[in-house]
Amino acid sequence: MSEVRAYRRTLSTWWWVRKPSYFLFVMRELSSIFVAWFVLYLLLLIAAVGRGDAAYQDFLDFAAHPVVVVVNVVALAFVVLHTVTWFSLTPKAMAARIGGRPVPPAAVIASQYVGLAVVSAFVVWLVSR
Amino acid sequence: MTKRRVEPFVWLMFSGGGVLAAVFLPVLAFLFALAYPLGWLSPPDHDHLSAVLGHPLTVLFLLGFFVLLLVHSAHRFRYTLYDGLQIKARRATAVLCYGAAAVGALAAVVLLV
Amino acid sequence: MTEPQQSIGLRVSRYRPETDDAPGWQEYDVPLRDEWTVLDALNHVKNEVDPTLSFRWSCRMGICGSCGMNVDGEPRLTCGTFLVDHLPGPVRVEPLANFHVARDLVIDMTDFMEKLPRVKPWIIRDEEMSVDDGEYLQTPEELDAYKQFSMCINCMLCYAACPVYGLDPDFIGPAAIALAERYDLDSRDHGARERLDVLIEHEGVWGCTFVGECTKVCPKHVDPAGAIQRYKLKAAKESVKAVLLPRGAR
Repeated sequence: MSEVRAYRRTLSTWWWVRKPSYFLFVMRELSSIFVAWFVLYLLLLIAAVGRGDAAYQDFLDFAAHPVVVVVNVVALAFVVLHTVTWFSLTPKAMAARIGGRPVPPAAVIASQYVGLAVVSAFVVWLVSR
Repeated sequence: MTKRRVEPFVWLMFSGGGVLAAVFLPVLAFLFALAYPLGWLSPPDHDHLSAVLGHPLTVLFLLGFFVLLLVHSAHRFRYTLYDGLQIKARRATAVLCYGAAAVGALAAVVLLV
Repeated sequence: MTEPQQSIGLRVSRYRPETDDAPGWQEYDVPLRDEWTVLDALNHVKNEVDPTLSFRWSCRMGICGSCGMNVDGEPRLTCGTFLVDHLPGPVRVEPLANFHVARDLVIDMTDFMEKLPRVKPWIIRDEEMSVDDGEYLQTPEELDAYKQFSMCINCMLCYAACPVYGLDPDFIGPAAIALAERYDLDSRDHGARERLDVLIEHEGVWGCTFVGECTKVCPKHVDPAGAIQRYKLKAAKESVKAVLLPRGAR
């Protein structure tokens, strides 16, 4: 078979636009950019708090600027995509068993949302006052 | 003895960062990027926020939180560059992504401590 | 009042290495029968219309794994893909994606044939039992642990669906890893460490970004994506143990 010229097909750069599941996958992966953005944003917030009340208020004003709001809305949408896809993938990545019986995926997913609710409530409680 | 490879450890950090981001970022982003600046909820007063941030447990948590999130982002973005843009310069991409993560981590350390 | 469709078009990728520089298309019309699959249509073409068309097939019932091709862009077993599900046509039939094309719809599977033995897909034992001692016994629970992964028919649809394999041919791929897991989970096997040594490499499990398409297209419901993520966790656990525990203990 060595004298046969096998044809090599290459994948287009736009391979991921062709199928909805591929597109969602790439969007999910791009959420990583917005995770990094929020790390930067939160660090800036922490730095402002460190500089005093005036700097803190200035930061909140900066955050209220329409461009920043738009960026953060988009970023939050991607973060939510990350959360939803991460939770739904976890049961597929683990063969969870409790007492020898397999745990149904829905239970794994539900317990993660419970965790999300608990954490969110805790953060709100911690920060308000 | 298992072969020594760095990939399993990077993957563990990626996974940890993914869990932390999934569970903590929605509420943090909603509060501090939308609700407080836009006045949907009244922002915490400066002294209280400063006290919370200064607490050693908060510092410890945020340190781990930011580092793991940055590793998660860098790891995922690196593979997105490989798969999405088909960038072949593997070593350069890895250095750039994890390097950026390290810079960010350093900044976090400096700021928090 | 339109007449019901009597025939359906097939748009088939042709490639003759001795004369063509690149694949091209050829159109055929085949009778539209309710029970006909794409494979039936291809065999009709070869028997009645154009004997030069080359393609692989064997069992025509979804167990041999020979007839994998891309039908309307999706990796499918052509023996299980019905013409009536692709109305009004024409049905686009291409060689299985991500593989080199040898001729027409026949792909070069050398890469997969080289990768599969690397994961040692056979029972590895520390000590072989003698035949006189009888069979290895296994409980139903022990069988269930690996049964799903043993359903793989090596049809390579998962490789065709995997964008990582399409972009990086070094990636060992979904089926190979699923088969490694099949043997790791088998109670008769002691070879997990050897397979981990192969899969812990960069071209092993780490290239996978959990797109999940492999599991979607698998005709035997094997779930290679799940197997790969579990393997990553396994590799991580073993690596942590190797760091934390002294050399002697394992």
